[in-house]
Amino acid sequence: MPRADDQQPAAADVPASGAPRTVMSEADVARALRRIAHELVERNKGAHDLVLLGIPTRGVELARRLARLLHEVEGVEVPTGALDITMFRDDLRHQPTRAPLPTHIPSEGVDDRVVVLVDDVLYSGRTIRAALDALADLGRPRAVRLAVLVDRGHRELPIRADHVGKNLPTSHAERVMVRLSGVDEVPADSVSIALGETRAGRPSAPEGGNR
Amino acid sequence: MRHLLSSADLSRDDVRMLLATAAEMHEIQRRDVKKLPTLRGRTVINLFFEDSTRTRSSFEIAGKWMSADTINITGKGSSTSKGESLRDTVLTIDAMSVDCLVMRHMASGAAHQVSQWVDASVVNAGDGTHEHPTQALLDAYTMEQRLGSLEGRRVAIVGDLTHSRVFRSNAITLRTLGADVTLVAPPTLMPSGIRSWAERDGLHLSDDLDAVLADGPDAVMMLRVQRERMSGGFFPTPREYTVGFGLTRERLRALTDANPEAVICHPGPMNRGLEISADAADAASSLVLDQVSAGVAVRMAVLYHLLAGEEVTS
Repeated sequence: MPRADDQQPAAADVPASGAPRTVMSEADVARALRRIAHELVERNKGAHDLVLLGIPTRGVELARRLARLLHEVEGVEVPTGALDITMFRDDLRHQPTRAPLPTHIPSEGVDDRVVVLVDDVLYSGRTIRAALDALADLGRPRAVRLAVLVDRGHRELPIRADHVGKNLPTSHAERVMVRLSGVDEVPADSVSIALGETRAGRPSAPEGGNR
Repeated sequence: MRHLLSSADLSRDDVRMLLATAAEMHEIQRRDVKKLPTLRGRTVINLFFEDSTRTRSSFEIAGKWMSADTINITGKGSSTSKGESLRDTVLTIDAMSVDCLVMRHMASGAAHQVSQWVDASVVNAGDGTHEHPTQALLDAYTMEQRLGSLEGRRVAIVGDLTHSRVFRSNAITLRTLGADVTLVAPPTLMPSGIRSWAERDGLHLSDDLDAVLADGPDAVMMLRVQRERMSGGFFPTPREYTVGFGLTRERLRALTDANPEAVICHPGPMNRGLEISADAADAASSLVLDQVSAGVAVRMAVLYHLLAGEEVTS
């Protein structure tokens, strides 16, 4: 049986000239999320009817953090869950299968709600396409919005984010690595760029995890 | 993984991945829309030369919920009843470019043989008295749902071991997951060669059900007495079998006294009053219906891992 083989290449695989370059520090990540939380409230005229759905793995952690910030800003508990898109991918035939990750829909459901999909990196847009399909099977939201920590460009589908932490111009030859404490075994959050291609839309495993 | 022919082909990691996938698939069963696009465009043929209700229907549902085209062919209605050989039948089906053959056959080793003839993936859905790997996976899944990890858990498998493919696959998968397995059967229904297997894989053997139950196992799996495979001489009368090896009301009480958390499994169909009493079959500790419910999720997981990923050439 093929193994879930989506580990990032080890640092040793990166050519010396392509040492990772940090583009967002922990403080930058925190500021970006805080701004997104404010934007969400502003756009929605309050936090009512919002549902945050993170796309595993790191989107779930980001959704959780946004919920915490929304609570600080508006004093409202925003229902938060996880939406796994493994079974909806359009490139299943191009890689070994992996076990799907948990989908958790808050008990309030998604019908007539404003669902905010949350992911770490927006790249080809194929993950979001799959997420929209997965969401359609769960109900009919009043609106769907997209919040991402990093938009690195190179879209292959007509999809855009409503809320972006940082626009990061990249080339296909680069990798964007988001590391979040609580998911990855790192002391602090960071976003960095290194040489070495990743397959677009392929979720990367938590650092140090064995998935 | 290209085929699923034997539980022995599955490593611990394979089993863990299949059960993790099944857990997510089980959640789909609670949704309004029970449909995933994952296997769109794939064709799954259920080729059943023996009667089956739950295995065949759960494979069919599993395929359909994942958007595969699923077709059932039974021995009775097919050209085999006109005298076509098994090889010609499966080659004919394979020539239609199907992706997966789910096969049940009365001959042990049939699925393995067919896997060497065809390009499609082959899933063994029961071959004679040999193996039934998806049943073992769903039994492990069901027990884990109730008991948590099976590592170190004590499981007794009771009944007609000689004719049971369910027991063979279960014993392998349970050992793969680290469970402690005791096999209980009358001496006439202990398969030949079981001792060397038991020694090699650390299985315990017993012909005393009462003693095993008094030990308070975490799970007791009752096997069906297979009347269709009994050509006499294994035990004198059904009544005698029940007295020695049936999970009667009294034995259920003894089990519950020894271990109040113990669960009861049966692969079905049950012979109520023969190997299992109505009290045991309908007890709160009985997982019989959970097993059926898990069957679809586990078979979705198997079809997904066999058919969704990149083409394996072997």
